Order: sequence, then structure tokens, then C-alpha cells
Amino acid sequence: MARVPEAASVPIVARVRARRRETHDTWTLSIEAGEFAFEPGQFNMLYAFGIGEIPVSLSGDPGAPGPLIHTVRAVGSASQAITRLRPGDPIGLRGPFGTAWPVDESTGSDVLVIGGGLGLAPLRPAIYRLLAERDRYGQIAVLYGTRSPADILYRREIERWRRRLDTAVEVTVDHADAGWHGHVGVVTRLIDRAAFDPDHAVALVCGPEIMMRFAANTLQAAAIAPERIYVAMERNMKCAIGQCGHCQFGPTLVCRDGAVMRYDRVRPLLTVREL
Amino acid sequence: MEIRGLDRLICEHPFFAGMSLDYCDLIGGCARNVRFDTGRYLFREGEPANEFFLIRHGRVALELTAPERGSIRFLTLNAGEIAGVSWLVPPYRWLYDAQALELTRAVSIDGACLRQKAEENHDFGYEMMKRFMTMLVQRLHAAQLQILDVYGARA
Ligand SMILES: Cc1cc2nc3c(=O)[nH]c(=O)nc-3n(C[C@H](O)[C@H](O)[C@H](O)COP(=O)(O)OP(=O)(O)OC[C@H]3O[C@@H](n4cnc5c(N)ncnc54)[C@H](O)[C@@H]3O)c2cc1C
Ligand code: FES
Repeated sequence: MARVPEAASVPIVARVRARRRETHDTWTLSIEAGEFAFEPGQFNMLYAFGIGEIPVSLSGDPGAPGPLIHTVRAVGSASQAITRLRPGDPIGLRGPFGTAWPVDESTGSDVLVIGGGLGLAPLRPAIYRLLAERDRYGQIAVLYGTRSPADILYRREIERWRRRLDTAVEVTVDHADAGWHGHVGVVTRLIDRAAFDPDHAVALVCGPEIMMRFAANTLQAAAIAPERIYVAMERNMKCAIGQCGHCQFGPTLVCRDGAVMRYDRVRPLLTVREL
Repeated sequence: MEIRGLDRLICEHPFFAGMSLDYCDLIGGCARNVRFDTGRYLFREGEPANEFFLIRHGRVALELTAPERGSIRFLTLNAGEIAGVSWLVPPYRWLYDAQALELTRAVSIDGACLRQKAEENHDFGYEMMKRFMTMLVQRLHAAQLQILDVYGARA
């Protein structure tokens, strides 16, 4: 897993350039932050001035210059304030932090990208990179599950990916009305239909923790070793630089040792209550 | 033993992978080929559940109708899967609708006929139960995940 440089503990003042609604409670912001390099899977601390600072994954293309892209769901005070920002508004930003998806390390392997709900956002930079260097990989499957057709993130982009002949892109929803002609059922069902060689496959999984556990079980049932399964952990954060202990998860600090972690390393912690 | 066309389709269906030819033959005695055009129903809620379907091609949506919400799709099934489990237990009535989302070809298996054969040959019955139990447990786990509604914001 790639290690990444530690970043400053003082936010820079960046500016919102654009804001787009994705679903009823989720917006994508483009943020002007000057020169900025990051790896797929990393996150920034975004600061809504006077309200609060929260970790948010980078969800744009790591290979493309330009503004930073963050997709944010409004759940509480800080995320609501951030999703209400308008073009030109200032926002505090520090990062990038955290570990990266093992995209380069997966050269020569089949790659399964499995996202649930908002979990597609942290995976999108990995998908951009995989597709930009498509020849380096075997089969690539992007499997995405969400609650209903109205909750599908990045819909137009998914439609574009689906038109590619070299990549399997499948979307499923937990329930739908008769207007939806795609799959209905949990995302783990898509794993059974994907083509991959379990001995040479790597799985990148991101979504709610229960969904990741179910997905990891199904992947192991399909003979993918836990060392080849990566998950992104979510824990509340404060400093994001491994100092405050706020994000402690067993013996690990999610901000420093994650958020992307190998499943065999986190598995024993995932079923322990009150970590 | 010579394998008849229908027995072969049964033996080749993933649900019956590894099943002995004798057993495929037994099932074949209860089976017929069926097809459903797009939009046609394999079965409808409330009707007697006399059969189940091995989907060979196509896609089937399981749905329930609720007042003011219309039909709610809760599962789609693809080639290689089974549609219909209500034939297994009394009162043998469908609890939901199954609609072909595209041209669907399947093998229909008569539930009463199969239950009779399972009564007469418990080894066969046990083999069938193991396969159905695996599928039912997988669907139960999936349904649990669906009910938890994990993608919503934490309350
Ligand atoms: C490494 C990492 C990456 C993240 N990436 C993203 C991202 O790309 N986009 C994004 O929108 N969020 C992301 N999050 C989650 C985000 O940080 C939280 O949603 C945020 O901290 C909530 O803060 P708040 O002040 O808005 O809400 P709080 O006041 O902290 O919480 C308000 C309510 O929302 C609930 N809640 C808190 N967090 C979540 C959550 N994650 N999901 C659902 N409900 C929640 C709480 O239980 C509470 O009921 C990430 C978290 C981590 C650790
Ligand atoms: S957030 Fe402070 S140690 Fe991780």
C-alpha cells in the first residue's frame, strides 16, 4: 500500500468554483486549491469556517490538473454547511491524508471495484486511473450498489463507463419501481456474476461498514484471499495527522494507517463492538 | 445412460451443478420448457404456486404492489438462477409477482411432482433440500442487508 506524505495541520483558504447536486442530499464541489497532487483513496479535511472540519475523500481524477473534486453528503452541521457553499465562497482545506488504493500495485491483476452508496466517491479516482492505464490490468469490473435509482451517484459518468467494451460496469439498487430496468438486489450479488480469476484478482471495496463486511465474505467465498481485499474505513477525525487519537481503531489510527486498509488486517477489529 | 434434451438443460443449470444424471432424469420427469416474452408474468401474487423455474436466458423481476406506490421491485434474477420458492411450503401460493424484463427462457418444474419424488426417494429429497437451503440462506442474507438500509444517513 502506498504511503503518502504528511500534510500541514493548518488549513489553506481555498475557493469553491462550482457546486452540482448529485442526489437529494449529496453535492459535488469543485474547489480551487492551486497545485495539488493526491493518490486515489486519499482524503482532505474540509473546514466550514466557524462550524467544523470533516474528512472528505478526494473523488476527482488524480491525473487531471484543475480544481479538486469532493462529493459530500449533508448529514450534520459541518457537511450541511459545506454542501451549501456557493461558487466564490471560501473553504478551509488541508491534506491530502491517508493511504491509497493499491492501483499501481495491482498491475497484471484482475481488479474488482465494489462501491456501496456514497462509497463510490472515494473509489472514483481509482477507477479513473485504472481506465487511464487500462492495458496494465486483466479484467476490470466496477460493481455499484445503492438504495434506489434516485440515489445513483455520477449517473452520466457510469453510463459512459458502461459503454466501454473493455470494462464490466454493473449497477444494482436495493429497491425500485417498475420504471427501472436494471438489477435489483444487494451489491454482493453482482460479485457472483463478475468475471475474474480469484488467484489473480484484487478487490477495492468502499461503502457502509456492514456492506463491506458482506462484500468481503462474498469475495472470500469466491476464493479471493483476504490479503487481496482492500476496504476503506471511516472513523471520526480531528487532527488527521496521527496525534489526537480520535480515529483510533484497535491498534491503528485510521487517519495514518488508513483509510484504505487490507482486509486481513482489519477483519479481527470489524466485528468487535465499541472500538 | 442417454441424456434427453430436458435432462441436459437441467444438469447444465448452475443450480444443479454436480447433480447425478439419475437425479437430473428424475427432475426431468417433472419438467417442461417454457418461454415468456418481455412483460409477461411467470407467476402472480395469490395464485397457486405449483412450480418453480430454472432461468436459462433472460431476466425476471420479483415485485410487490403497494397502495399508492405501485409495484416495488425487490430482486431481479438472471440466467442461472431460480425463480419461485413458494411451491416448497404450504399453502403453496405465490407471495409476489415475477415478471420477465426481457425474453426469458426457462425450465418449469412441477412442484407437486417433485415433492412426490422426494417423498419416495429421501436421498433425492435431501439433495434437493440442500440445494434449496443454500439458495434460501443466500437470499435471506441478502434480504437482511437490504432491510438494514445501510446506504441511508445514520439516524
Ligand atoms: C476517511 C474518510 C473519508 C470520508 N469521505 C467522505 C466523502 O467523500 N463524502 C462524505 O460526504 N463524507 C465522507 N466522510 C464522512 C464525513 O466525514 C462525515 O459525514 C462527517 O464527518 C459528518 O460530520 P457533520 O458535522 O456533518 O455531522 P455530525 O454532526 O458529525 O453528524 C450528524 C449526524 O450524521 C450522522 N453521520 C455522521 N457521519 C456519517 C456518515 N459518514 N454517514 C452517514 N451518517 C453520518 C451522525 O451519526 C449524526 O446522526 C468520510 C469520512 C472519513 C473518515
Ligand atoms: S484524527 Fe487524530 S489521530 Fe487520527
